[in-house]
Amino acid sequence: MAKTSDLDVAYVARLARINLTEAEAKVFQKQLDGVLQYVEKLHQADISDVEAAAHALPSFNVFREDAQREWFTADQALSNAPRKANGLFIVPKVVE
Amino acid sequence: MTKQDLPALNIADLQGLLRRREVSPREVIEALRARIEMVDGEIGAYLSLDIDAAAKEADKANVDLPLGGVPVAIKDIINVMGQLCSCASKILQGYRAAYDATVIRKLRAAGAIPFGKTNLDEFAMGSSTENSAVKLTRNPWDLSRVPGGSSGGSAAAVAADEAFGALGSDTGGSIRQPAALSGIVGFKPTYGRVSRFGLVAFASSLDQVGPLTKTVHDAALLMNAIAGDDSQDTTALNEPVPDYAATLGNDLHGVRLGLPKEYLVEGIDAQVKAAINAAVKQMNSLGAEIVEISLPATEYAIAVYYILATAEASANLARFDGVRYGYRAENPRDVLDLYGRTREEGFGPEVKRRIILGTYVLSSGYYDAYYLRAQKVRELIRRDFVNAFEKVDAIISPTSPVPAFKLGERVADPLQMYLADIFTIAANLAGICGISLPCGFAEVDGHRLPIGLQLLGKALDEARILQIAHAYEQSTDWHKARPPIAAAP
Repeated sequence: MAKTSDLDVAYVARLARINLTEAEAKVFQKQLDGVLQYVEKLHQADISDVEAAAHALPSFNVFREDAQREWFTADQALSNAPRKANGLFIVPKVVE
Repeated sequence: MTKQDLPALNIADLQGLLRRREVSPREVIEALRARIEMVDGEIGAYLSLDIDAAAKEADKANVDLPLGGVPVAIKDIINVMGQLCSCASKILQGYRAAYDATVIRKLRAAGAIPFGKTNLDEFAMGSSTENSAVKLTRNPWDLSRVPGGSSGGSAAAVAADEAFGALGSDTGGSIRQPAALSGIVGFKPTYGRVSRFGLVAFASSLDQVGPLTKTVHDAALLMNAIAGDDSQDTTALNEPVPDYAATLGNDLHGVRLGLPKEYLVEGIDAQVKAAINAAVKQMNSLGAEIVEISLPATEYAIAVYYILATAEASANLARFDGVRYGYRAENPRDVLDLYGRTREEGFGPEVKRRIILGTYVLSSGYYDAYYLRAQKVRELIRRDFVNAFEKVDAIISPTSPVPAFKLGERVADPLQMYLADIFTIAANLAGICGISLPCGFAEVDGHRLPIGLQLLGKALDEARILQIAHAYEQSTDWHKARPPIAAAP
């Protein structure tokens, strides 16, 4: 089947740190090509006099007093850890 | 009234019984437990339920508070301290919330009891609840059909009298659409009206928590409890919160209702169209003036949404990496293997698809063509609504172009599923408020399937939208109809 978009699902999945089987990548490629084809319609919209909107409503910086608050204890922060020891998250070695 | 009839009550009536001490909060929990045991095997609305915790809270409940002793079901994407919060994803199986979301803290302050966690599309991504990694939820009006989504568990629980009311979240229609398909009321507040702190983030510029209830009055009661500013959410609006329930009761004289000429076109089910036309006529007879309006940019709403929502999701869901909480793949070789396999094994297909699409539209070389352009078209959509609300007080449309569809009918075609949200998505992009309420039934294959009417209002105009919805609701009997499962022995 002819490719209808620039999307390379296998490559983008690696960027997103999601392993995919070949079969899964193939199905997603077809489905997402369809979605990308659909969103092409945005090129018909006249956006020449428009600023990009990150939010629908005006948003402002919100400040609070820089003071100590009650918050998670280390135990609470670790309470859902898949692996932990001595008050630390255990992960595979990341430096040689 | 016998104890086993209690679950059929709405919140306002239950509150009356509790306050007059005709029933105790513990008896209410007991009645709900019995009801759930009776019907939830068929409906599948709940993912987890801690009856003992609820019963303990019931014993301490102060029934003189605004929602004293009233159990409220919670979509399983909102953190309730000590309870499971799975987001219907394998990646959060076994996760227990270490804190209360702000909406939960506020519900408790109003005397309510968070009761049970309801099913959803995984991470709220979907329109049928079929993307739940845990189980299916069935529509109480026809068990072969979807309840809508993503707050399908909340909607089905309320419709099947397994809950008096529930909280959901609405990113592109996830409260209003399941409310419509399940025959109940669903309310999406203005972006920022309700705190998002403790709601697991999907698309942070679109997500909003809101109520699913049996009546408009009940939606107002829950809004009274959960609305307002929050120091934990910088996007929560620092604006006074009116008493939404106290302002109900006006008629529709002087109300201008906008009918978008783009909305009643092709693709709408004939019975849905007829029900909406009848509702418009009814509201006109109640005194409302009907004005034709135009929302030309809304034809781009779905395209904009599936760029912006997936982009935001790809960033928000980066936190699920198998390090600090949730699922972790076994025996990772190294850290990249840990990330890649944890996310492969932990996320379902729709979540993966959306993360990949979102990563793509944000990636170097494609950002301007997709993400930036979508943000600009979002501004066009917002302007359409600003212009429309200079002429009208509310915009009227179907909530969903079709009644509840069959389980399995749309799962293989994501785009077809996305089109189910055609009438609801623009409100999230524009940040405005909206409600869905029952306005009739479609007869399909011998089943009565509910039809929902959507009313959209401008930012922070919740009180008026609830008033208009209430006036219409009180002039009809649609909200009194109960699904067949309600009469089950």
